Amino acid sequence: MKRSDYQTEYKTDLPVMVTPLPKTGGSFRFTLKPWHGFVILMACLVSSGIAYAVTDKENASIFEVLVRWMPLLLKGFIFNLVISTCAMAIGTAVGAALGLGQISLHGWVRKASWLITQFFRNSPWLVLLFFAMFLLPFEITIGGLTIPLPDWVKAIIGLSLPVMANVSEIVRGAVLSLPSGQWEAAESLAYTRRQTLWLVILPQCVKRMLPPWMNLYAILTMATVLASIVGVSEVMTLTGQALSAEGGQTYWHRFTPLFYYCFSFTATRFHGGRYIWKRNILLSTKHCLRGP
Amino acid sequence: MTTNEEMPMVSIKDVHKSFGDLEVLKGVSMDINRGEVICIIGPSGSGKSTLIRCINALNDIQQGSILVEGQEVNDPNLDKLELRKKVGMVFQQYNLFPHKTALENIMMAPIRVLKQDKKEVEETARALIKKVRLEGKEDNYPGELSGGQQQRVAIARSLAMKPDVILFDEVTAALDPETVNEVLLTIKELAEEGMTCILVTHEMAFAREVADHIYFTDRGVIVEHGPPTTFFDEAKDPRTKEFLSQIL
Ligand SMILES: Nc1ncnc2c1ncn2[C@@H]1O[C@H](COP(=O)(O)OP(=O)(O)OP(=O)(O)O)[C@@H](O)[C@H]1O
Ligand SMILES: [Mg+2]
Repeated sequence: MKRSDYQTEYKTDLPVMVTPLPKTGGSFRFTLKPWHGFVILMACLVSSGIAYAVTDKENASIFEVLVRWMPLLLKGFIFNLVISTCAMAIGTAVGAALGLGQISLHGWVRKASWLITQFFRNSPWLVLLFFAMFLLPFEITIGGLTIPLPDWVKAIIGLSLPVMANVSEIVRGAVLSLPSGQWEAAESLAYTRRQTLWLVILPQCVKRMLPPWMNLYAILTMATVLASIVGVSEVMTLTGQALSAEGGQTYWHRFTPLFYYCFSFTATRFHGGRYIWKRNILLSTKHCLRGP
Repeated sequence: MTTNEEMPMVSIKDVHKSFGDLEVLKGVSMDINRGEVICIIGPSGSGKSTLIRCINALNDIQQGSILVEGQEVNDPNLDKLELRKKVGMVFQQYNLFPHKTALENIMMAPIRVLKQDKKEVEETARALIKKVRLEGKEDNYPGELSGGQQQRVAIARSLAMKPDVILFDEVTAALDPETVNEVLLTIKELAEEGMTCILVTHEMAFAREVADHIYFTDRGVIVEHGPPTTFFDEAKDPRTKEFLSQIL
């Protein structure tokens, strides 16, 4: 099955929807191999080692310290993954609805969806996070049932807002990117608008939405460290604690991005949208080598 | 029912259509009887596509009347779905649904729109595939079919709805010369079976062979029309003559 054959040209104003050009001979292209991971790991350890060497040597060996803190940091990082997964799930569900609202035939639904999308898409993520942290109550009571809202739940909500807005744009862009002939063919076969959307348009959009959606997920995973700023005990917060407990060596901040590196790298191995995670890996690598 | 047989299947009267300030149809009238095949020819941009898209309400019109089996198309309360169940359409760019196989493309509308029984629909669909000579291609996706094959699937898809009239908008214009014939043959067979067809085409030899009546449009009006023999051999209007001399 060569189902990619029908990828015809389509117009969109959304840069993420542009089909990547096929590789042309001679130009440089970064291709990731497992040994790159090893090289980066060594680079991190060596740079941490150098950092260690230039500081005073009263403290325990760097490896000892790392091993000691590892379980805690790992727990913190899993927390980051939970936050990003939940924010992605909520953001996708609400964002998809919002995206469909943007192409609604009802003028006011369309305008409202557009406004909400634009507002949350153009606000800095950190601002939205603060927004959720300070505007949401610490618990909500619905009909006698009290649901506590701990900080990490608020962080999920805060991060799902920009995700929602971006998913909304991805959905709208994908729907508009389909050739109008698809709509016309369905219409002329007496499909209702709803049937056209669900049976003809959206199934074709899923494939187009996947790469930008994966991209968003990658960006979100990196952005979960913002939660540390608002006091959620995720991996960066814990790194900070480890840092102060062990006397302020800089290698900590070279170590933490390794988690992201490993995660992104694994994701690259398993996901279809590989090139997106590769970019993420490059980012993590940069952080590893330079510090935060 | 007697009136139904006397009445033209499609009756177009003084239709005006503008896109913004651009008036594309400036008073077009024509009648198409049951079982008739008519061809609309004319230079590019003369409004041929616009005209036939008005018949199944893909375009709305500003003035005039289009009656399809007595149903007025130029009516704000028009039931578009009922109209489109009666009027099939085949496009220049095929417009098959790329995520469905050939068979699914044909079966989808009868099942989802007409709510027919899936088993019966599948039987009909396989018969239609056979009719357009595509046995063995049932489970291929449109991307795996040639242009001519895709167009024949599109014709079968339209036929599956059992329409009373089918609109063909330059359905061979995107095909290479060898495959044009296989599609034209399919249309010719339909015409011989008595299907009412409204064709926009640039295939003059084909039009002369299958059409009962030919309309020549230019700049939004019907300049001349008549049965093929008189039309091609005894054209009177200078614009028709010029067009025919260029294309023949
Ligand atoms: N959706 C639209 N909006 C604005 N103008 C349109 C639209 N569709 C068609 N037109 C204009 O209407 C005129 C007639 O177009 P139409 O497609 O009906 O021509 P045609 O006779 O089918 O030509 P061709 O043989 O090239 O297909 C053209 O000038 C075209 O630019
Ligand atoms: Mg046309």
